Amino acid sequence: MQEKEILPHLFRTEYRKIISVLVRHFGFEQLTIAEDIASDTFLIAAETWGLKGLPENPVAWLYTVAKNKSRDQLKRNAIFEKKLRPSLKSESYSVPDTDIDLSEKNIKDSQLQMMFALCDPILPLESQVALTLRILCGFGIDEIADAFLTNKETINKRLFRGKEKLRSAEIKIIMPETGVIVQRIDAVLTSLYLLFNEGYYSSSRNNVLRKDFCLEAMRLTGLLADNGQTNNPRVEALLALMCFHASRFDARTDENGEIIRYDKQNTELWSKELITNGEFYLNKASRGTDLSRYHLEAGIAYWHTIQTDSPEKWENILNLYNQLLCLSYSPASALNRTYALSKVKGNEEAIKEAEKLGLNKNHLYHVLLAYLYKDIDESKAGNHLYLALKLAKTETERISIRKDIGNLQI
Amino acid sequence: MKEFLLVFRRDFKLNGTPPSPEQSQNIMKEWQNWMGSIAARNILVNPGNRLADEGKVVNPGNIVTNGPYVEIKEAIGGYIIVRAESLEEAAEISKGCPILLIGGTVEVRGFIPMNM
Repeated sequence: MQEKEILPHLFRTEYRKIISVLVRHFGFEQLTIAEDIASDTFLIAAETWGLKGLPENPVAWLYTVAKNKSRDQLKRNAIFEKKLRPSLKSESYSVPDTDIDLSEKNIKDSQLQMMFALCDPILPLESQVALTLRILCGFGIDEIADAFLTNKETINKRLFRGKEKLRSAEIKIIMPETGVIVQRIDAVLTSLYLLFNEGYYSSSRNNVLRKDFCLEAMRLTGLLADNGQTNNPRVEALLALMCFHASRFDARTDENGEIIRYDKQNTELWSKELITNGEFYLNKASRGTDLSRYHLEAGIAYWHTIQTDSPEKWENILNLYNQLLCLSYSPASALNRTYALSKVKGNEEAIKEAEKLGLNKNHLYHVLLAYLYKDIDESKAGNHLYLALKLAKTETERISIRKDIGNLQI
Repeated sequence: MKEFLLVFRRDFKLNGTPPSPEQSQNIMKEWQNWMGSIAARNILVNPGNRLADEGKVVNPGNIVTNGPYVEIKEAIGGYIIVRAESLEEAAEISKGCPILLIGGTVEVRGFIPMNM
């Protein structure tokens, strides 16, 4: 790695570790101080390393600076407390623990605890995800705004309100009791699932960033899966799902960042390692009787790791979508089920079902119908594509629909 | 949109030979596809339940009998709840139900709103 790439790389990998440990040490009431110390640490690194060159062990160097700055801050806090409240807290006042523990174990523990704290039910889901991206993953405001296709102000507001709530509700960063873990793990998984999807399906054209989102979601889900207190079949199913999807990451976009459809992808670029990991976790997830949406989606994703069509493949996918829809409806699942149905029962049957979906305001509905009509009635296919073009929300979508229109023989 | 209960009834005493494993699997698939098609329209309110064959009926005077198949020819095999504009539409939805393929029936019933 080039010298000038080292600091951004370290920022990616180390900022989130430092911030988790610091926030846990300082508590949410001093979240801003913890964030300032973490950012200052990297600022000092940039200045010092620029002048004097890289230290021998950059990570240890960063940790030492973060520790020293925290110690100074904690001492200031202690002096402040002593001077301000001598009468309240007489001689029993003890100096708080000023030693910041940046061991691997404490980093992991802090991140795990932070995951549960940030998914406290007092926070709305969008704040949970934004705070997770910011505090647990160390993404910048503009990166988060880019992924959510919104502006910095919106994200800043969302983060600010979230932090205020964490402070005013005095949320503690601790490992919840087993009962609370069980209650809250679904919220944690939802936020990780969204984080992954944000990376995987976002229309943002920043591919590197999107992949980073996915990798972060996988890393955090992996922390849950590898911890005896937090692993359960749902966690493993979600991780399997992520591995299967991520296995296609390098095959699904071309050099211009445009999406390559599944059936056109070069399978040589699919990651065998991630597919194997996915299979490993899906097997683990199959213990017990829990059949969550993550299990069903991981099952669907598993069948997609086999590119060759077979009746068995599509019957299984159709069946998994049937079950998934009975568990929870989403327009995307409804459309995907109809696609699977066309593979099992033919296009005519699928068209009949598609027309009952009531999704004619959804551009993907028209893309699907155009696909189903393509060999039956080209003018109908064309009509649907023009409707899709009208309804599409992003330029990426429009580019892909225009390409389809160009491919029709009319 | 209103909600409707769909009750599936079929003759309890199997006519002739019981279905082969392959036939059972096909029936199962038909059901899953039918349920999936309802769910895909976002009108499945509750996927309901399949009912076990075994049951008991408690009669006046606390007399308990095995049943319900002793008393009625068509026993309830399961139910779901769907959303539809009207009773007619709910009946239309029921037309694809696989129970009809084996001589069963679907009973469609609306709910009386409860004033709590």
